[in-house]
Amino acid sequence: MSFLLSCPHCGPRPVDEFAFFGEVTRRPEKSENGSPSLRELTEYVYFRDNVAGPQREWWQHRTGCGEWFLAERDTRTNEVLSITLPEPSRKRP
Amino acid sequence: MRLATQTGERIDRKRPVVFRFGEKRIEGYEGDTFGSALYAAGLRTFSRSFKYHRTRGLLCCTGHCPNCMMTVDGVPNVRVCVEPLREGAHVNEQNVWGKLDLDVLSLTDKVGGPFTPVGFYYRTMIRPRRAWPLYEKVLRNLAGLGRVDERGGHSRRYDVEHRRARVLVVGGSEAGRAAALAAAAEGPGVVLVDEGPRQLGEMDGVEVLTPARALGIWEGGLVPVDCGTVLYRYRAERIIVATGALEQPIVFPGNDLVGVMLPSAVRRLIHDFSIRPGERAVVIAADESGLEIADDLREAGVAVQRVLDLRETPVGELEAQRRRGRVRALLVDGEEIACDLVVASGGRQPAYSLLAQAGARVEYDSSLGVFVPTTLPPGVEAVGTVTGEGLQSIDVPPKHKGRGKCFVCICEDVTTKDVTRAIAEGFDSIELAKRYTTVTMGPCQGKLCQLASIRLYAQEVRAYESDLGTTTARPPWSPVEMGLLAGRHFEPARRTALHFRHEEAGAKMQWAGPWKRPYAYSERPEDEVRAVHESLGVIDVSTLGKILVEGPEAAALLERLYPNRFADMRPGRIRYGVLTSDGGRIMDDGTVGRLSEELYYVTTTSTGADSVTAWFEWWNAVWGYEAEIVNVTGALAALNLAGPRAREALQRLTEDDVSDEALKYLDARQLEVAGVPCLALRIGFVGELGYELHCPSAAAEFLWDRLVAEGARPFGLEPQRILRLEKGHVIVGQDTDSESNLLSAAMPWLPKMDKDDFVGKLAVEHLADREPLERLVGFLMEDGVVPAEGAQIVIEGYPAGRITSARRSEAVGSVIGLAWLPAERAEDGTRFEVRVDRRLLGGRVKSGAFYDVDGKRMRS
Repeated sequence: MSFLLSCPHCGPRPVDEFAFFGEVTRRPEKSENGSPSLRELTEYVYFRDNVAGPQREWWQHRTGCGEWFLAERDTRTNEVLSITLPEPSRKRP
Repeated sequence: MRLATQTGERIDRKRPVVFRFGEKRIEGYEGDTFGSALYAAGLRTFSRSFKYHRTRGLLCCTGHCPNCMMTVDGVPNVRVCVEPLREGAHVNEQNVWGKLDLDVLSLTDKVGGPFTPVGFYYRTMIRPRRAWPLYEKVLRNLAGLGRVDERGGHSRRYDVEHRRARVLVVGGSEAGRAAALAAAAEGPGVVLVDEGPRQLGEMDGVEVLTPARALGIWEGGLVPVDCGTVLYRYRAERIIVATGALEQPIVFPGNDLVGVMLPSAVRRLIHDFSIRPGERAVVIAADESGLEIADDLREAGVAVQRVLDLRETPVGELEAQRRRGRVRALLVDGEEIACDLVVASGGRQPAYSLLAQAGARVEYDSSLGVFVPTTLPPGVEAVGTVTGEGLQSIDVPPKHKGRGKCFVCICEDVTTKDVTRAIAEGFDSIELAKRYTTVTMGPCQGKLCQLASIRLYAQEVRAYESDLGTTTARPPWSPVEMGLLAGRHFEPARRTALHFRHEEAGAKMQWAGPWKRPYAYSERPEDEVRAVHESLGVIDVSTLGKILVEGPEAAALLERLYPNRFADMRPGRIRYGVLTSDGGRIMDDGTVGRLSEELYYVTTTSTGADSVTAWFEWWNAVWGYEAEIVNVTGALAALNLAGPRAREALQRLTEDDVSDEALKYLDARQLEVAGVPCLALRIGFVGELGYELHCPSAAAEFLWDRLVAEGARPFGLEPQRILRLEKGHVIVGQDTDSESNLLSAAMPWLPKMDKDDFVGKLAVEHLADREPLERLVGFLMEDGVVPAEGAQIVIEGYPAGRITSARRSEAVGSVIGLAWLPAERAEDGTRFEVRVDRRLLGGRVKSGAFYDVDGKRMRS
């Protein structure tokens, strides 16, 4: 892994400046139907899609500006297709 | 020994340079390499081969082949043919059992039989099985090249430097130089890397690095360049590879003998170093550039006995004959031609490895008879002969007939017979055969054997080279010292603002995560414990993570991050907080103090500061609460003043009221202590009346001195561990692990399940449905032995749990500790056994604190 990643603030930097925080997941929430099942919770906590191809994932410019952002990266080629800042939502992460 | 002075020679005859070769004193000239100086001094056998210990001499003179590897000033495997001469250096032969001229292990070359084929020891030395460790020891001693200097890592300093280039050109051939100049005309940022030793001359606007070796091409245009003791990590927007082509050996019996050379070696010896390489020579070549060498030889006064152009007159039988390991004659189709030098050139193969690493396709060009790069990845270009351009078609048989060993790979001593045998044994793919025979896996990394082995393979399995393809090209493309990859030896440590006070006080320092902390200030940590219990102590807790969370929604953010409740806290109060993951596992702990309506002061474990800050920031990137998170760990020092006399001592240093009414247990207040602005947190981690004073790091030494002057005895980590254990206080990460949750770790009161949401809430709900399998409990040992942390707990003969902390406590009068036990065995008073040095010792579960059970002392 030696590709360059573009921080939304600092521009293209070596990937070792960043912390990887895994693919974007959907946190199960309580709804009118009650609590999520143990299965839903377990899948959210322990299982990942691990796709071979474009994947949306969390990154932080850990040793740089510290910003958390989302990158869409092709896991086969490490080509970064897009970079976006998160759109915070208290309801649905 | 040298030829008459000629134009273009690289040596400066006015400047002699002296070095030692073994015990001998050798003189060369400035501009020489160790190899050329030794050759001029008459040395012909430079090394012994890897397996058979055959004599080997100069072959390529370009630093590619393994034949001239020696130990120079303790550094093994130096290619002396390209290593510039240094005054006073000490050069030694290596891989020699005995002498270069008489090597005991060269017997393996003669006896043959079971000792020669590839993989022999895995097949031959398997019985009796018990003896393998002994065999292995012997074989390990025999195998490998050179000896690593065990103190070598400290004798040289290596550095890594990060650099950028717009255009990076690898290779200073004519095409490479032209490409560099063309790029320089377009703008700055052009770098040319050349392994040397050729003279490149001045190039306007181009930064030239030589001798320097590009080790590989990684993604993102990363090219590490080896410059001896500095590794430049280049990031290049455009990479132009002009690595040219490599002269290939011809495969015939005796092709490894001393005196068989590639044209490059002859050219360098004659033109660069003005050395006559031999007396009588035969030239065999499959291309024009090989044939041209005959003229060079004649000019240097070598009698050229015969020039064989393999393209015109194919030869069936070709065999070099030896006397004492050196060529004495070449046998060509029955005719013996006496000579002491055979210049063999099997054509040139593009040096495509860097391109292949970068992702280029490499295909066999059947019209040229070599492998050439085809499709190139974006950002990578190839110019010159590396593309196959300008190369002549070569057609040499993959091997020639004759008697004696015929080498495909001289690095690993792989013969044509080994390859044939590997195929017969079923290694029918080129990648498998490579691993089995180790062909191309030696020091030259396939530079001189990749083409030969594939062509031989193709012939043996009756396939086309184009169908076989090549083996994978991997970095490093050139040999590199391990020290250069490792970089400079660093052991970074974080020191608190009080580090030198601790050293002055004679503290024994220890590692605590990235920090250096005092273990204790004396040989008897229990004395420091007693001081805290009976009088007054002070400990440096600056390593605690300290995070400010501020904003209109700071409370809402913390409510959602922690299982605890913080929104209802009055400003000036503190609560113990534990962070859980969404899996309900314990991640970190600390205190959360509310300093004002919108400002919280959070402390974390010593190792958790950075990860907790990142965790807070990540969740807030998800949720977007109006709150700022600032890690102030380094900016603030923290001193825990603890003991029954803590209040009176503190009161003497401040005009603020620190009475129990004004500063209650779990209160947080701004104080001025000895003139230093402090945030005082009244907490009781060590079980006595205590104040954690957080102050600017710059004032820490001053405050420390004043507290010590008031009679506070410094105490270290070890006494603190005893003190907290007496209270049954858990250390996250020591007593808990990645599987521990709040319910099993005896904190079921902590999560506030009526909250709408918090990280881990759903998991805690599910955990609450079932009894935990294990519980964290306190225990007392029945006798005075302290079990090791991690010691096994045995119940009815079966392993059932483990000790996480254990210490002897004078205050309790017993050995106490914390342990994980099966939930059904975690009742108060349950007996269990601990394995200590093969003995089983009894212990009993004891819940709650061991000391000051109802917490009167810390609340006093």
